Amino acid sequence: MGDKKIRVLMAKPGLDGHDRGVKTVIHALHDAGIDVTYTGLHKTPEEIVKAASDENVSLVGLSILSGAHIPICAQIVKLMKEAGMPDKPIMVGGVIPERDIPALRKMGVEGIFPVDTPFEDIVRFVEEKGR
Amino acid sequence: MTEKKKLQVPPRKLESGIDIKVCYGPEDVADLDYERDLGDPGNYPFTRGIHATMYRSRPFTMRQYAGFGSPAETNQRFKYLIEHGQNALNVAFDLPTQNGLDSDDPRAEGEVGRVGMAIDTLADMEAAFEGLDLSKISVSLTINPVASIMIAMYKVVAEKQGVPNDRIMGTAQNDILKEYVGRGTWIYDVEPSLRLITDTVEYCARELPRYFPLSVCGYHIRESGADPVQEMAYAFLIAKEYARRAMERGLKPDEFLGRFSFNLDIHGNFFEQIAKFRAGRRLWAKICKEDLGATNPKSMMLRGIFGGGGGGLAIREPENNIVRMAYYSLASALSGTQTMALCCYDEAYTIPSEKAALVALRTMQILQEEVSVCDTVDPLAGSYYVESITNEMENLIVAEMKRIDELGGIVKCIADGYIQKTISRQAYEEEKSIRSGEKVKVGVNKYATKEKASLEMELHDFDSKVQDAQIASFKKIKTQRDATAASAALDKLRDKAANTDENLMPHILDCVRAYCSVGEMSGVFRDVFGEFKEPIDF
Repeated sequence: MGDKKIRVLMAKPGLDGHDRGVKTVIHALHDAGIDVTYTGLHKTPEEIVKAASDENVSLVGLSILSGAHIPICAQIVKLMKEAGMPDKPIMVGGVIPERDIPALRKMGVEGIFPVDTPFEDIVRFVEEKGR
Repeated sequence: MTEKKKLQVPPRKLESGIDIKVCYGPEDVADLDYERDLGDPGNYPFTRGIHATMYRSRPFTMRQYAGFGSPAETNQRFKYLIEHGQNALNVAFDLPTQNGLDSDDPRAEGEVGRVGMAIDTLADMEAAFEGLDLSKISVSLTINPVASIMIAMYKVVAEKQGVPNDRIMGTAQNDILKEYVGRGTWIYDVEPSLRLITDTVEYCARELPRYFPLSVCGYHIRESGADPVQEMAYAFLIAKEYARRAMERGLKPDEFLGRFSFNLDIHGNFFEQIAKFRAGRRLWAKICKEDLGATNPKSMMLRGIFGGGGGGLAIREPENNIVRMAYYSLASALSGTQTMALCCYDEAYTIPSEKAALVALRTMQILQEEVSVCDTVDPLAGSYYVESITNEMENLIVAEMKRIDELGGIVKCIADGYIQKTISRQAYEEEKSIRSGEKVKVGVNKYATKEKASLEMELHDFDSKVQDAQIASFKKIKTQRDATAASAALDKLRDKAANTDENLMPHILDCVRAYCSVGEMSGVFRDVFGEFKEPIDF
């Protein structure tokens, strides 16, 4: 630490309202001294990208439990590029089956954290990518 | 009695914080008064159960939650279930419907028909129940912010079948306060949402006497991180809030309290769950009688679905979840539930497969029919341990209710995010204690094998054909319906919502009869009531 505090946008895209996971990860990030802005529930990809831009965060985290992670991530990656933030790292957590990991990596999602990922892995990713 | 020698062992606590003694004895229940504290089953305060004979004459019903994409598929599934002897159906809706969005709304893309059936207009509800006699079956609707619309649609389908109002049976979940705490399916701001709930309670009390207008869900509050005491305390505070508002409309407690039911959670300490339900039944009876003024014993009964909760399941070695659920279902039966439902072993990964759903059903059937736990009522009554912690749990629930009241009441504590903040912090602490190994999860943090968790299970891909067909049929209804009548009904609904405090059910019913859509009606409410602004506070 020492230099400027890392800021992360944590977002909950789509209609699913289960937020225990995202809130747990936010607590873990807070405890690691990371600054988090949380969008709350039911956000569209457009709203999330706008929040990333408005808040000038260094990294975007998505929590998706509904199974719709592929289309949602693809849309957000595309909108981030269009909004002039092609290099801003994106991470996704939730119910992500192993078979979908290559597709997510290919579209440019750098951090993929399925259920049960140690908090340390997420924190390390944010600290490395968020600088 | 001789002073017992203090046994030297490390301390243990219930999740609710109560110290567990190594051994319990008569001194722990010395104050227990059978008539006052327990009573025979079927008698106040119903600690031992709400019916005199319980499972000997009314075995618990099994109501698994499941969804099928289109109304037509749902209809086929219902017919199959009824042919096989089931008479209670549980309808799952897709997320757009649950959130008050039509299938052609851009926000619904990719979600139409995915976790349940899509309902846009009355035509879909008619298709779902086509050929089913609604005077003979009871249907449970798992729906919350748009419950008033779904109750109206169900009522109109029954009305078109010629079923008189007093023969319409069913339950709507319709518990918006818990949606703000957990599960997250909310739309409108808190006060107008409570107005809609009260409208349904009043409407059902006056018009649909056999309909259960709401099911208060401690379940989702516990799944979001609450301990068992908080689960019960918040559920009772929420139920009291709905009751208070109904009474403000001039209803007497005995006119509606008997139609409240509860959906409560099971995972964690086995005996703590049983004590929770026995304490809860006794306390709810006292609340109804002493605080709310009920006089009919039927109004004082805690009717419940005590279900095996996903919060106890693990994603690693998913087969172990079958064993966990078997214990949870045993706790449920020993607690005197009316209805049981279990999560499926693959639920941490996906919408349950048919195989996993069948295992859950078999678990309950084996419990009920093979191992003889249903032969006598409340078999744990009189246990020094169970009776002692039943008393302690009741005291703690009362104390937590009082604490929330002193903080301004349940509505305020939910609207400003206090409850959410408290329990999400607890969820995080629990997660940390699992990760550190302090709280044991077998096969996860103890005796875990080195191999990675397998995430390759039978997964469901989204079928865009269901979505396309649903959108096409919705478009067709919009061209076929009487457009003038539909827009007049919506205008009237808007006017009544914005400018009066009239019960909105008759106007929702008019909209439904004119084939207005869920999205159109909830769109009116979004405009007039405003959307809930989620408090973000950690």
